[in-house]
Amino acid sequence: MFLKHTMLASGLVLMATSAHAGCGLSGGNVNVLGNEFGAIQAIVAKAKECAGDGVTVEANLTADHRDIQVAALTANPAQYTSAIVANSSIVPLLNDDLVRPLDDLIAKHGQDLQSNQLITIDGKVMAVAFMANAQHLFYRADLLEQAGVEPPTTYDDVLAAAEAVRAAGIMDHPFAMNTKTGWNLGEEFVNMYIGTGADFFVPGTAEVAINNENGIAALNMLKSLMDYSNPDFLTYDSNATQALWEGGQLALATLWGSRGGGILDAEGSSEEVVAATVLAAAPTLNGDTPASTLWWDGFTIAKNISDEDAEATFVALVQGLGDDVIQANNDEAVWLSAAYAPGPASAGVAATAQAGASPYPMLPFMGLLHTALGAELTDFLQGNESAEQALTDVEAAYTTAAREQGFLQ
Amino acid sequence: MKHKTFFWFILPSLAAMFVFIAMPLVSVVVQSLHVEHEQIMVVTENCGPFGCTEQTSVDAEATAKLREEKPLGRFNGLGTYFDRGHLATSEVAAAWQARSSLGDFFSRLYNLPLYKAIAFTLTYTFLVTPLVIGLGLMIALGVNRVTPALKGPTIFVSLLPMIVTPLIGSLILFWMIDAQGIIGKTLQWIFDDPDLSLKASPTLTWITLFVYGVWHSAPFAFVVFYAGLQSVSHETLEAARIDGASRWQQVRYVVIPHLMPLAIFISLIQLMDNFRVFEPIIGFSAEANAPSLSIIVYNDLKGDVIRFNSAAATSVLTVIGVTILLAPVLLRTWRDFKGKVV
Repeated sequence: MFLKHTMLASGLVLMATSAHAGCGLSGGNVNVLGNEFGAIQAIVAKAKECAGDGVTVEANLTADHRDIQVAALTANPAQYTSAIVANSSIVPLLNDDLVRPLDDLIAKHGQDLQSNQLITIDGKVMAVAFMANAQHLFYRADLLEQAGVEPPTTYDDVLAAAEAVRAAGIMDHPFAMNTKTGWNLGEEFVNMYIGTGADFFVPGTAEVAINNENGIAALNMLKSLMDYSNPDFLTYDSNATQALWEGGQLALATLWGSRGGGILDAEGSSEEVVAATVLAAAPTLNGDTPASTLWWDGFTIAKNISDEDAEATFVALVQGLGDDVIQANNDEAVWLSAAYAPGPASAGVAATAQAGASPYPMLPFMGLLHTALGAELTDFLQGNESAEQALTDVEAAYTTAAREQGFLQ
Repeated sequence: MKHKTFFWFILPSLAAMFVFIAMPLVSVVVQSLHVEHEQIMVVTENCGPFGCTEQTSVDAEATAKLREEKPLGRFNGLGTYFDRGHLATSEVAAAWQARSSLGDFFSRLYNLPLYKAIAFTLTYTFLVTPLVIGLGLMIALGVNRVTPALKGPTIFVSLLPMIVTPLIGSLILFWMIDAQGIIGKTLQWIFDDPDLSLKASPTLTWITLFVYGVWHSAPFAFVVFYAGLQSVSHETLEAARIDGASRWQQVRYVVIPHLMPLAIFISLIQLMDNFRVFEPIIGFSAEANAPSLSIIVYNDLKGDVIRFNSAAATSVLTVIGVTILLAPVLLRTWRDFKGKVV
């Protein structure tokens, strides 16, 4: 008798929960591949609430998502129904035609999305962006005041401020940026070079155009900055620089905006550091536009899946971007949503975007240049070769790779 | 064993070797001879959160059609092997033409990625391999003399570096040699140089990696030598002692000749392993100062655009390199074997 009651009761509970599940879908499989950080985890957690009633929602969130996405989406049916990408990592998916246009799904289910969230390529929406990111300046107001300098707005000011901090005997290596050999170092050059306003490629072609006085100016600035950074700078990635900042060992740094939330929270740092940390716009190289690139993170839907799965994925992820998720995770990211309330953690990204920074170039061959930069610039920064030689090496490495990949003849 | 019995006995392993070793090798060679199709590009208007721009993009449909016709890509022969990312023949020739001295030629050569990697890989292989054998032998001789009660714990402690996963071992050391870490700080204090950094200077990075390599591989040599020591003939040793041989002479003329075949075995394995050095470079974030051939392959396979053909060419060059390295040892073994048969 007792057993019967329990079964009946649990049956009722099951029915009650399944009434909420499914997000109004009749079925479909959702499987998301994406990077691993707080904002994406929050979206996926919410999307998972759509599971039930014939709908399954799974996710693989990993820092190595970029390395598997092309292979995973090339399979037919694709291993994942959605890949969460950024402006650089969507390019290989577009090159191989692995993601589907979202226009019909947006017309049907995307009324709540804003038009600036839609990533449009040749008139077709290929991705829905949900957050913005950029590298910008972090500075310690207390230390700059102690050294008697104003907060810097150009990189020349940064050098002067770093010198003042050093001269005041506060610290020997007051500056840091993500200069680890490889992708990180490449990104720092891209940011600095874009601050000169020059093009990376001869317009309309895949021919690289960085071997000029702008490239040399960008490199020389990086070199001068590294004189104020710890000699270990070639091993610094985001985790390392965040730890240095939280440990109170830096007065000035160029870091990712997405690290702002982690730096300003109560964990891992002292109150003194947190209270004095200010997030400001990226410095400019020549007083014009910020020397930084704007990034977005967004979701795509795989091409090689059934229309039912595609619809389920779209609905689940739009559900994941609901106002409640954004309000609950307000400080995790600079959300592209009306529900987002900008705070101190997003001030730097917002100021950088307002000052007119350019987005990271979404060119099919940009990844090859980025890799070449990351590998070939270390000799120059260590003082083993001239800026001209470093740029010539980058040009040669890129040209070899671009020929091999069919972008150049 | 009869030939027929022998054949049936090793057939399963032969089949497995064919499927898992020969076939992938052939596929890698084939890939290295091809490059991607010409990409058909179009200019499109792209819009996003930061406004609209005219940008070049790949005409995916047209490129997919090309790919469907010839899935392997364009045949490029040995072109990839001779380009700047690999053997860089034309760059090497130009460096030779423009040299002001032999040193200048080598520094120009060192500017090319493959040669820079080969320089580190070979130095690593030829320094670490003999040191591992020497240190392994010393540990084995030492442990062999320890009183039986202490042997177990001593062996366990000596094996620890090999038990620790290479990546974890190198990461732990990486943190310890940090300027703030216990080893880094101690070295700064010993040398009285507050700017001393094991991560920044190329020479010190190389030394760190060599020390790590020896630390990690010595237990392997030790275990093999220790096993060999158990079968050293007591009679011969005793005879040597009666003849008045010192401890050193006993080791030199009795123990070492007995262990020689094992030393060859260890050097074979170590030459192969060290030539493919990879994990410590990742663990120590040492790519800038000490790239290896495996690191080049790894970098080609990472990133937004994956370069299979370039990675394949470097892999084939690595296989050729290992073969050249092992040739003398293999030839010697073969001669010994033939000598025994006759």
